Amino acid sequence: MGKRVLLIEDEPNIIEAISFILSRDGWTVHTHEDGETAMEKVRSTPPDMIILDVMLPGRSGFDILRDIRADDATSALPVMMLTARGQNKDREQAERLGANHFMTKPFSNQDVRDHVRLLIGEPD
Amino acid sequence: MSFNLLIVVSLAYVAFLFLVAFWAERRARRSGAGWLRGPFVYTLSLSIYCTAWTFYGAVGYAARSGLEFVTIYLGPTLVMIGWWWVLRRLVRIGRTQRITSVADLISSRFGKSTSLGVIVTLLAIVAATPYIALQLKSVTQSFSVFAASGGSIWGQDDLNTAAIWVAIGLAIFTVLFGTRNLDSNERHSGIVIAIAVEAIVKLVALVAVGVFVVWGIAGGPAAVLAQIDQSPISSFQPAGGRWAAIIFLSAAAFICLPRMFQVLVVENADERNLRTASWAFPLYLMAMSLFVVPIAAVGLRLMPEGANPDLFVLTLPLAQGESGLAMLAFLGGFSSATSMVIVSTIALATMVSNHIVVPIWLNARTPGATMSGDVRYVIVLSRRLSIAAILALGYLYFRFSGTGAALAAIGLISFSGAVQILPALLGGIFWRGATRVGAALGLITGFAVWMWTMFLPSFGADVALSQAVLDQGPFGLSWLRPHALFGLDGMDQLVHGLMWSMLLNTAMFFAGSIMSFPRPLERFQGAQFVNVFEMSEGAKAWSGRGASAEDMLIMAQRILGGTEAQTLFQQEAAGQGKSGYLPDVSPDFILRLERELAGSVGAATAHAMIGQLTEGAAVSVEDLIAVADEAAQILEYSNQLEAKSAEQERTARALRDANEKLTALSIQKDAFLSQISHELRTPMTSIRSFSEILRDANVSDDDHTRYAGIIHAEALRLTRLLDDLLDLSVLENGQVTLHLQSGQLTDLLDRAIGAAGVHNANLGIARDRASEEIPLMTDLDRLVQVFVNVIANARKYCTVAQPALRIHAHEYGGRQVVDFIDNGHGIDRENQSMIFEKFARIEDEGKAGGAGLGLAICREIMARLGGEISYLPGKSGAAFRVTLPEPVSKPDAQVLLASQ
Repeated sequence: MGKRVLLIEDEPNIIEAISFILSRDGWTVHTHEDGETAMEKVRSTPPDMIILDVMLPGRSGFDILRDIRADDATSALPVMMLTARGQNKDREQAERLGANHFMTKPFSNQDVRDHVRLLIGEPD
Repeated sequence: MSFNLLIVVSLAYVAFLFLVAFWAERRARRSGAGWLRGPFVYTLSLSIYCTAWTFYGAVGYAARSGLEFVTIYLGPTLVMIGWWWVLRRLVRIGRTQRITSVADLISSRFGKSTSLGVIVTLLAIVAATPYIALQLKSVTQSFSVFAASGGSIWGQDDLNTAAIWVAIGLAIFTVLFGTRNLDSNERHSGIVIAIAVEAIVKLVALVAVGVFVVWGIAGGPAAVLAQIDQSPISSFQPAGGRWAAIIFLSAAAFICLPRMFQVLVVENADERNLRTASWAFPLYLMAMSLFVVPIAAVGLRLMPEGANPDLFVLTLPLAQGESGLAMLAFLGGFSSATSMVIVSTIALATMVSNHIVVPIWLNARTPGATMSGDVRYVIVLSRRLSIAAILALGYLYFRFSGTGAALAAIGLISFSGAVQILPALLGGIFWRGATRVGAALGLITGFAVWMWTMFLPSFGADVALSQAVLDQGPFGLSWLRPHALFGLDGMDQLVHGLMWSMLLNTAMFFAGSIMSFPRPLERFQGAQFVNVFEMSEGAKAWSGRGASAEDMLIMAQRILGGTEAQTLFQQEAAGQGKSGYLPDVSPDFILRLERELAGSVGAATAHAMIGQLTEGAAVSVEDLIAVADEAAQILEYSNQLEAKSAEQERTARALRDANEKLTALSIQKDAFLSQISHELRTPMTSIRSFSEILRDANVSDDDHTRYAGIIHAEALRLTRLLDDLLDLSVLENGQVTLHLQSGQLTDLLDRAIGAAGVHNANLGIARDRASEEIPLMTDLDRLVQVFVNVIANARKYCTVAQPALRIHAHEYGGRQVVDFIDNGHGIDRENQSMIFEKFARIEDEGKAGGAGLGLAICREIMARLGGEISYLPGKSGAAFRVTLPEPVSKPDAQVLLASQ
């Protein structure tokens, strides 16, 4: 079973797009749409990396990232953040909170694939 | 001697006086009055007491009645030497109360009574009229003497004509002199100096004539004394009662005459001038009277039988061929007459304008009307007219009193009228119990008795009073005979009239004062006047002892402000030659400082402050009252300031609010941009991602179709979002064009329900069509847009098993409203307030497919249409109320269209 990527995102079409791209390359993609319950999902089925949207219903991506980094079990997980609010302060906040990469929507599919590889290597 | 030359010399003399006055005024303006208002000029100005009556008339008086003329000089001498403290009191009161005339003094003392001011003014005018006539007469006679010496004997007509010209000339002269400028303190530096010059001219003229008579004609003092012994002058026996009466009369007149009050009190620049005048003025009077008897005696011996002794001063030199000396004597007499007339008419004109014209004028105007520039104009005009009128009265008296009466007799009648003021005046300044009623009663009584016993009879029989009235009394009431009041017959007419008028006047004054009760203002003024020395420190020069310059500076800084105070002190120090140090606390400096302070805090407060610093003096009651007065004014002022500062506070608050709003707006703008970014990027992300997938990879046909569908849907979403944004922007900027149409509410709802896609959903709609029969005149499409939005919201967000929307039109608060209430979960209370904000979708991002701008657009649309949309709290489901636009009448609609 290939490496697992957890995508926390609430826009159905974006979920579908990213799932399609990464699955085609061999990653196993899990998705989760709700911010509030995202941490439970992270703990219950620990992925190899997380793609995290900022604007989520219930809880913001930043808060989830903070929790991920605060929990010893998950603190080393590579996290790539996605945001549609292309503002510098979001990028700064993501870096400060320990995101491994920050990506602004709309993204190029190739970029997503490159960065996932950069963070966790090949899917096998 | 040419009569024309005399005219020329007279005019030249007048021009000279005018120049002197002009120079003095300029000098006083430029560098302060200095010696121009010093004790000697003051003393000389008092010499207006010596009028033409004294100049010419004293000799005539002596020729007719021996030494009795001396009494005219004795009265003022006694006042100056023995009663100077009365004068000092008057001067002090005049200063502290800013008194402008004797009428003002009486009026002010008795509670600022207008009626008393009028009474005294009328009395003064009537009493002064004979005296002015006297001056006209003496000047006219002196002209006729010169005319006669030139060979033309004047008849009565010539005299009348000359008198008119003299009156007109004097009127012009006085108007030019006395009303050129309007001083707030009624002081006339120019006139005072001109009078002083005239005082010297008349003294020199009289002494010159006297010296000429004694040494030039009679041959030395011894010979003169011998001639006096032989003349009838020595044989007159002094009548005790008459002497006493005239001494009293002249003493009282010296205080009461309006013109004397003017020079003694109003024109007094310094109380200390009185000290010099108290010995110098009696000396002046002595010099004026020194040669009276010799001239009279020599005149009686040398001049032909029947020659008028009133004119000896002129006729003696002329008879001796000394035309130069005669000219000087003429100028002396002219000076005496003109100075008296000028000061007298100025004083009277001041009284007329201040106590009669201005009160009437102010009453005639609506209260509260502004009165700045015009008052000045009215005052000056009324004074000029008064001067002319008073001289006209003098001329009329001259015409109707006959010409036979001796100068001295007319003068005494005039004096007797003026002294009717005495009881109210003295009572006012010495007796706190004196009241307005008493003063008025006394004045009116004295005035009436004087008119009856002295003034009216002075015209002679059958002019004012018939011979029958003079002999038998009015209506045969013999006890009312003018010369034998209450049957007191056989007395000297002067003594009789004076005694009765003063007696009844004084009696009524006391009786009225005792029986009436003073008003508060009278009591207050009474205390101020009677206790003027105890209460006011005003006229006292500061000694400066006990005051330190530091204290002064600290106080000055507190009141004037740092820079101003320091500048003031530096200037003073530089003036004292100690630049860089604090100045010495000299009396002059303290006065200057007090004036500066008064400009800021008012005179009384400044005075009290200085008083405490310099002398540690207890603040007097008057000071306290004055301070309270000022405090009231300052309070008033500070109330205004407070109102202003409250206004500023409001403005500041409004500005703060605006600023907060702007900040909030700017934050909102950031949030809005961030939101727009998010809303735009999200569909773009899908579009880009799927289009890349379709481009790069082998995708199954199914997926291909599906992904193309997503791209299409997201593109539509993007378009809708941009449409909404543009729509909102247009609505918010008010650039929207409304298309007014008429329609029925029920039709609009039909359209909206159709457009909201309800038929595809299972949303049940409940309507009451009957209630929807409401005609509308508005932009129907926009209103439908709102309805669509609200209905679509219900379709999207009402997530119960059997969603239903009830649409209910009815009247509420006088307006037609349409309620849209669904049976869903409604909106949380905390969110109700923000659902109309942009991007306010609540926790259902993406689901509704909108950008969260719908309700914001609805709100803007309803605002443009003149209606409203609001959330109805308290219903089980989500509930919106659309308040329909006010029915617009056609013309208004046109205007609305035109304005947009």
